[in-house]
Amino acid sequence: MLKHLIGTAAATLALTALPAMAELKIGSIVELSGPGAAAGTNFRDGVKMGFEEINAAGGVLGEPVAITEYDSQTDPQVSRAMVQKAIDDGVVAITGTVFSSSTVVNMLVARQAGIPQFTGSEAPSITSMNNPYIFRTAFGSQKGIPKLTKYMAEEMGVKTVAVVWANTEFGKGGHTAFLDEAERLGFEIVADIPTEQAQTDFSADVVKLKGIQADAVFVYLTEEESARFLREVRKQGVQMPLVGDTTLTGHKVIELAGEAANGALGHVGLTPDANIPAMTAMVDRFKGQFGYTPDHNAIKGYVAAHAIKCVAELAGKADSQAIADRMHGLTLKAADCPGVLMDTSWDDSGEMSRESFFVEVQDGKQVVKAILPAN
Amino acid sequence: MAELIQILISGLAAGSIYALAAVGFTLLWQASQTINFAQGEFVMLPGFFVLIGMALGLPMWPAVLFALVLSLLVLGAAFKKLIVEPMLPHGTLPLVIATIALGLLMKESVKEFYGATAQPFPAVFPQTVYNVAGASVSAQDIGNLIVSMLAIGGLQLFLNRTRTGRCMQASAQNPGVAEILGVDVKRMVLYTFLINAALATIASVLISPIYLAKFSNGETLGLVAFIAAIVGGFNQIRGALVGGLLVGVIDNLSAVYVSAEYRQAMPLLLLIAIILLRPQGLLGTKEGRAV
Amino acid sequence: MTPTRIILVALGIAALVAAPLGQGNYIVYTLTSWLLFSIAAMGLNLTLGYAGQVSLAQAAFMGIGAYVTALMTLAGLPWIAAALVSVAASFVVGLLLGYPALRVQHHFLAFVTLAFNILLFLVLRNEEEVTGGSFGLVGMPRPSVLGISTDSNLNFYYFALACFLFAAFVMWWILRSPWGRAFKALRENPIRAESLGLKIRRQTLLAFAIGSAFGGLAGALMPPLVQFIEPGSFALIHSLKLLLMVVVGGAGFFFGPMLGAALVILLPELLRFTEGYYLIIYALLVIVLMVFSPNGLIGLGQKIWLGFRPKQEERRDMKKGFQL
Repeated sequence: MLKHLIGTAAATLALTALPAMAELKIGSIVELSGPGAAAGTNFRDGVKMGFEEINAAGGVLGEPVAITEYDSQTDPQVSRAMVQKAIDDGVVAITGTVFSSSTVVNMLVARQAGIPQFTGSEAPSITSMNNPYIFRTAFGSQKGIPKLTKYMAEEMGVKTVAVVWANTEFGKGGHTAFLDEAERLGFEIVADIPTEQAQTDFSADVVKLKGIQADAVFVYLTEEESARFLREVRKQGVQMPLVGDTTLTGHKVIELAGEAANGALGHVGLTPDANIPAMTAMVDRFKGQFGYTPDHNAIKGYVAAHAIKCVAELAGKADSQAIADRMHGLTLKAADCPGVLMDTSWDDSGEMSRESFFVEVQDGKQVVKAILPAN
Repeated sequence: MAELIQILISGLAAGSIYALAAVGFTLLWQASQTINFAQGEFVMLPGFFVLIGMALGLPMWPAVLFALVLSLLVLGAAFKKLIVEPMLPHGTLPLVIATIALGLLMKESVKEFYGATAQPFPAVFPQTVYNVAGASVSAQDIGNLIVSMLAIGGLQLFLNRTRTGRCMQASAQNPGVAEILGVDVKRMVLYTFLINAALATIASVLISPIYLAKFSNGETLGLVAFIAAIVGGFNQIRGALVGGLLVGVIDNLSAVYVSAEYRQAMPLLLLIAIILLRPQGLLGTKEGRAV
Repeated sequence: MTPTRIILVALGIAALVAAPLGQGNYIVYTLTSWLLFSIAAMGLNLTLGYAGQVSLAQAAFMGIGAYVTALMTLAGLPWIAAALVSVAASFVVGLLLGYPALRVQHHFLAFVTLAFNILLFLVLRNEEEVTGGSFGLVGMPRPSVLGISTDSNLNFYYFALACFLFAAFVMWWILRSPWGRAFKALRENPIRAESLGLKIRRQTLLAFAIGSAFGGLAGALMPPLVQFIEPGSFALIHSLKLLLMVVVGGAGFFFGPMLGAALVILLPELLRFTEGYYLIIYALLVIVLMVFSPNGLIGLGQKIWLGFRPKQEERRDMKKGFQL
């Protein structure tokens, strides 16, 4: 740590000693402490790795990128201060935050200053506020869930479902989107089970599942809770198919839940397991650099960095307004901009879309059962 | 019926671990009037010591031993010498603040130096599941319950039946008189802190396979232990045991039969009721202190 | 007040007025946050530093203030009305909570407030129809004063400063009233105070309720400042943060909470060069401070000051007898 401190101090000195270089400032505002720390750290590292690669390859339009990190502390009040600071510092674009409560606040401020913001949040409300400076790095749950429910209705023949969800702003987003879709498709909800943030004991929740009969259980929990839930399901011997979105079949869940994860089904957008060569390579580089397996938040951050680079180059200048204008209605092809990993489109509200997959966990590995087209 | 049995057994298994954390809590309170707001982190940390030991190449059980030794040194001796002892003359509040800061320090250090995401942790008991009257009971549940009971029962015997144990109790109840009677009060207080560290290590090894090792595990656990200690009685070891089991069962019962959204509220309402109706706790005895 | 003190206070106010001039939005916003937390910490200081009771629910009282104000201003009512209701609501809840808790045993207020803070969080999160649930409430307007809008950060700073000065004046007035002096007597020697006819319980209860009302006022400033509120901002951890502010600054000293709030809010900035380690360093500093100066930073300053002037006897009322 001391070495780290000295290194930082030396770097600061070196920077102040040099004449001001033309460089592109990016503000990375993420949850580095508080309840969002795990998600935020992943996102931050993804952004960092993305821009380090970009700098190694000559920067954006020949200018090196300087990232400044700001800790939102998972607190909207602090987050608002950090956005203001980033703007005062003269950033061209902002990456983060992951928790939508902070994103909602940051959007108000960034909009007034005309700074584009690449968020990791998936809450539906974010792109429905007519804010021309917000862009997603993963589709909102109102966009991802319909793909899943469509598959459930058409391929699995689901009529009745139980819903298990995290009673947090993350889980609530997925829960609301799922209930809307379920109503549209005429699913009958036989059980609706909210769980707590960081819950460790899922026996009561699984007991409730045991008492009902449903064609499928929709599980919308974060990684660690998913793993604990899957183990409890295995223990109590619940046989209904479990279907999740993004988290349930993720790499981290499989690592934590072990063989209890086998048989879990899920829709995945950006995960290390999507079986795309560019993604697999990115995940390997990430592991080498940071020593852990990135989750979808890290990949969102990585995609954000590369999207900023490619858009700035398409626009011909690294200017906030030019980036925001160019983003609307844009499609970035992985062939032209390899860093986005998959062909990705943004619409006029900043919502994005791309292909995704329906997978099943078999023998501790994800197996793709269907490719779901972009919508 | 099977449902109720399932809930009760799962609740008891979870509650037995709360009890371990709560017992340590009451021990520290008795010995030094320390309200340890870092108790949850005390249970979180030894799990990481085990993981570090295993990363250094030790097999599981030697790694647990390694963790125990580290915990005794860090959470027992160093905590007492460096933090509690210099602060005791200042009253309880600075110490409360210091333990809040200590909890933050432990949590943030694990996050920065080990990682922000949860880690798998080797299981202590086989993954067998038995069917008891229609309820699924794992070897882990039974094992956790038995180990916690043994640890707490053994502690109770030690305190009541051995000379050292009785000296510890005397030091806790009236340090002045104990000193006059020739008891080495400082040493007895140190023993209390060491026992707390050992209990935390046991709890950590038992819960980490279920909770998965994560820096933030202490947040809820510390709170639950605190509630369990108050409910059971802050000055009795068996009070903490009953409090822990009760909180575990109530939590599960209310999640199924009352409201999943308000499951956390039930133990708290119990806490408030206890404070108003029986402030010394279910099994506690009245303390003479007025302020 | 001696003339020197009056001059010092006038200088302090002048500094607060001049502080945000020529600064960027970030500094102005952060200063406003500091004013807001200072008000809440000042209230907690009355409970803790003067009445010797630990409240672990100051963030919950901020939550009551914030939600009452947010809902009322979103319904189109003026901020001042909302703020008055917020303060009154926090005061009444404080009384209702403190009365049974203090009836039982001295240190039980801490436990009851801890439970209350978690219960309030659950209600705010679960009662979605009213509170907006996990998604929170967004878009609260900033008030206008005499036709001047406080939409700009600078104007809102002055608005918050006015509230802060008002709160500080009220606190100062309370403490020097005969009623407030009784606290000092209480803190010095509760048994003597009681024998002189002071009703300890009633006195303590009122201190807790007034301290909570300050939390309500701070909460009332939050919706217009952040323009977003969610249950997570009023969780137990934030009550602990406020407790740290008061004790680190110096509980029982008038300026302690303001100093403590400044430290907690500015710390990430001061320790920015350490990147991710600032919380670790902060925690270490707090532990070290508590070991060497349990009276917080002001106590530490005083110690050093007295070290230079060894002849002066230490004031008795600066010694506190906390019991949890």
